[in-house]
Amino acid sequence: MITQKDVLHVAKLARLSLTDDEAAQFTEQLGRVLGYMEQLNEVDTEGVEPMSHPIPVVNVMRDDEIVRDLDRQALMANAPVTEGAFFKVPKIGE
Amino acid sequence: MPWESVIGLEVHAQLKTKTKIFCGCPTDFGMEPNEQICPVCIGMPGVLPVLNREAVELAIRTGLALNCEIAADCRFDRKNYFYADLPKGYQISQFELPICKEGHLDITGKTVRIQRAHLEEDAGKLVHAGADGLHGSEYSLADYNRSSMPLLEIVSQPDIETPEQAREYLTNLRNILRYVETCDGNLEEGSFRCDANVSIRPKGETKLGTRTEIKNMNSFKAVQRAIQSEIERQIALVESGGTVVQETRLWDDNTGKTFTMRSKEDAHDYRYFPEPDLMPLQIDREWVERVRQTLPELPNARRERYMSQFGLTAESATILSETREMAEFFEATLKAGAESAVAEAAKYLVGPITAYLNDKKLDPSQIALTPDHFAKLIVAEKSGTIGSTTSKQLLPELLEKGGDPAVIIKERNLAQISDPAVIKGWIQDVFARSESQLQDYKNGKVKLRQYFVGELMKLAKGKANTQVMNQLLDEMLPTPQ
Repeated sequence: MITQKDVLHVAKLARLSLTDDEAAQFTEQLGRVLGYMEQLNEVDTEGVEPMSHPIPVVNVMRDDEIVRDLDRQALMANAPVTEGAFFKVPKIGE
Repeated sequence: MPWESVIGLEVHAQLKTKTKIFCGCPTDFGMEPNEQICPVCIGMPGVLPVLNREAVELAIRTGLALNCEIAADCRFDRKNYFYADLPKGYQISQFELPICKEGHLDITGKTVRIQRAHLEEDAGKLVHAGADGLHGSEYSLADYNRSSMPLLEIVSQPDIETPEQAREYLTNLRNILRYVETCDGNLEEGSFRCDANVSIRPKGETKLGTRTEIKNMNSFKAVQRAIQSEIERQIALVESGGTVVQETRLWDDNTGKTFTMRSKEDAHDYRYFPEPDLMPLQIDREWVERVRQTLPELPNARRERYMSQFGLTAESATILSETREMAEFFEATLKAGAESAVAEAAKYLVGPITAYLNDKKLDPSQIALTPDHFAKLIVAEKSGTIGSTTSKQLLPELLEKGGDPAVIIKERNLAQISDPAVIKGWIQDVFARSESQLQDYKNGKVKLRQYFVGELMKLAKGKANTQVMNQLLDEMLPTPQ
């Protein structure tokens, strides 16, 4: 069963900060979701290949050809902060 | 206590495609920041990656050259972590089902097993403002030109025992990638990067010790030094009662030491899961075979052939087969008419030409000397048209400026004289004006032979074929008593 500690760990990895109330609420809710998933274990999957996609399509590839649609200015227009030709990001690390 | 070290290497090789792995942006190096980006590789919402077929083909090609099994079924996974060089918040990689697995690569006296090689996208590049490095910088600047460049991460088994072996593994690996033209192997430009996993254990122990991962090594020499330094650090630590902590350490080439980058506490938890935006890949055997047909003869096979076919020594055969440029120059020389002068070709290529290339940091495809002209030079020497002294003198000029040796020999009148009638005439001349020396020789002063040689050389202005001259001189000298 999922614990509050697990939820806080996952939240930290996802860069989410949760209040104690939220942590308790999500622990309960995620626990229920996982409970539903448990039901899947009741299905006999002996001899069934694991599937990573719901639709049976494989080998979707493109040719190695250059495509240039937008210039830098357009691409950087939505960036919160830029400096010269760079995206500017906040201080990293401690 | 005697210790042994256990080393595994992870190499990120940038595949030589024209465009990025999941979008149509070019892969040129040295562009202005953010000059080759698009919504896909800067992680805009709602975009979809589409796999570059050429990246898959080059991965297959590399895998085959490394004796790997090419997976019939493989897929892509998301590796989740937050860092400013990764705009999507995840890297598309391959976790459970890599494209290549279970290969091997030979180094001197040892086979290093390759665990896997998988496709993934590169991250962007960060410039940390206001400081030399990350520490102390107020903010960072992101350049996503490198984001989504196609990489093949090649992971060895921990079969490497010494820093020297690690270096040889990397050298051989890079040579193979260059041979098959899947990666240009440029460490300075970052198209070939290496991380090392290092641990120690008491000699004879079979269980692996706790390993550290070393990053930030920018040359083969740095890799060797970093591993050596890390082994020494771990031994000193354990012998003084400490324990090795699993962590990532960075190599500092200036201090010659590694230092902690991340401790176990923030050990990464990547939460891999199948990439829903990319369909699985099924590589049919026909594709693999088609790629296999186009592989060139690889360094090891070439080396063996040079030894058996041409009778070259292991050392010469290694130097001649190591890089594709050298092997091709050597073989083109033979094809250009020097089949009869293999030994001469090897002698010059392994000796003075390799020295010149190392000195100038060039490969044989970048020098003024062509295989065709080189063949003419050594055939002229082998056939006696010019003496070996002359060819040695001509070589530096040919390497630097090029030119047709046949023309140069003619223009500068460098051909040596081998005609026995002419040489006989010279000997007779020398004898005629050296009566007393001839008498002394006859009386047993055989050392005087050198005097006659000297006189002949003067007369011939150094252009006599010494072999013919010596033979005739011995025939014509009187028998000493």
